[in-house]
Amino acid sequence: MKTKSFRPDVDAPDWKGGHSPYDIVKEGVIALVVVSLLTVLLAVVFGSPDEPALTIKGWSNSDPMDFAATALSELNGTSGTAQYGAPYNKAATGQQLGPLTLAKWVGARIPINTVTDFIIDPLKSVTDQPILTSDLGEWAMASTSTRSQWVSAYTKAANHMTIVNGQLVVPTANDGPVPLMMSDLLQMARLGALDQALVTQKGFYTTDFTLPLLFLADGTYMSNIAQKQHLTGDQWGMMNETGNYPGQAWLWLYTFWYQVAPFNSSGNGDVLVWGLMMLLSAGLAFTPFIPGLRSIPRLTRVYRLIWREHYRDMQ
Amino acid sequence: MSTTEIDRQWTTRLRRRVAGKLPPDKLLPDTQPTYVSSWIYVFGVTTMAALTVVIATGCLLALRGPQWWHGSSVGHFVNSLHLWSVEIFFFAMVIHLWGKYFMAAWRGGRALTWMTGVVTFLTSIAAAFTGYLCQTNFDSQWISTQAKDGINATGAGAFWNVLNMGQMLMWHIVLLPIAAVALTVLHVLLVRVKGVVPPFEERPKVSS
Repeated sequence: MKTKSFRPDVDAPDWKGGHSPYDIVKEGVIALVVVSLLTVLLAVVFGSPDEPALTIKGWSNSDPMDFAATALSELNGTSGTAQYGAPYNKAATGQQLGPLTLAKWVGARIPINTVTDFIIDPLKSVTDQPILTSDLGEWAMASTSTRSQWVSAYTKAANHMTIVNGQLVVPTANDGPVPLMMSDLLQMARLGALDQALVTQKGFYTTDFTLPLLFLADGTYMSNIAQKQHLTGDQWGMMNETGNYPGQAWLWLYTFWYQVAPFNSSGNGDVLVWGLMMLLSAGLAFTPFIPGLRSIPRLTRVYRLIWREHYRDMQ
Repeated sequence: MSTTEIDRQWTTRLRRRVAGKLPPDKLLPDTQPTYVSSWIYVFGVTTMAALTVVIATGCLLALRGPQWWHGSSVGHFVNSLHLWSVEIFFFAMVIHLWGKYFMAAWRGGRALTWMTGVVTFLTSIAAAFTGYLCQTNFDSQWISTQAKDGINATGAGAFWNVLNMGQMLMWHIVLLPIAAVALTVLHVLLVRVKGVVPPFEERPKVSS
């Protein structure tokens, strides 16, 4: 038998000291009772937040100009979703981790065409509107270049867009069916029909809110409310929740990186933060095998506080 | 049936292996080493107790569906119980984790115990995160639309769509809780097999 040197950060000596009575079941029951009582106490005293979900109906009635501008950005391809890239479309390469274009490699697996999904298909669900039906037919029959000319003309005219008595008013231009389509989309939104149309495109039953959430996120209405609730990225973002509640405090390190350079200014900030957190998480999991990191407990001697009775007895 | 045939059975082999690794007095001990004497040890069992309350309150919420708590004072109170038990769970778990770090609790062949603990922690973060995504209120809307960019940037968003409430709800109430509980059970069994890590000593020797 050969003796190998003792590695203090890897090996542990066999315990040759004494033992004391230990009732593991009693300990578990007491812990459960104490935690249950503490939970009830905190729930009674503090409750929990429940800010109602936003609706497109509420958005288009509260801020019809923002809704109309967002709808136009979906039509002319300048919205966040239209220019997003994977997984929604191929409009952009997406973020890069060094040479790795991870999102692009995976591809547009949740395909979204902002014109079709946010404008045309919802309008098609409107019935008993012969003029709208006719205009949608004109849109469908038009060539791609004609549609582009209409949208460009409308976009230019929309610089002077106003809302009068709840109606969208845009100066006359050579923009074909677009003015009526956009006006009807606003009316549809204000009545609440667009909320439904965006979630029922795949059938009656649905649990997928990708389309309305992306539409909402493309406007400024939701982010303005979030700003007031101190929820934006530069306000430690999504680790918070509405009201004065602790939120996901355990995400502090993830959120921290978004507050500092280069992550808060890089166009690849998200993937850089994720890459770093993956690395740090792996480092935490593999701490027992990482020289230096595994030595910190022994070198800092914090363990003497934990086992102070043991060391006192040893003396 | 011969004795040899019985000895070769998978069932017999498994029973013997389990009994050898984890006899009843190790699984449910009635004594512990005298060095296990610090408040820091409380946070492991506190974490498990909080996990029990989290699951119990989550089951209560599940009885009436994901939107019950918006229109019912009882439902809202159950949601508050669920929220605060989660906060206690993470508070206790983080202290437990740091306590074990400063004990260098991976020593003596306990690396797998440490690693299962870390993976449980990460799995629990994902479980809590999906809970925020399926609250069906403004928090869900905001958190999901913010989180999508980070997850999409990794490519994972194509398969794990945080804007799909149905998908996130199923992960929150089925897949991630099963993973978290399974990992917790494995973690605790490893603790019972290996025992609680002893204190650092000066210049001891081990033989192999």
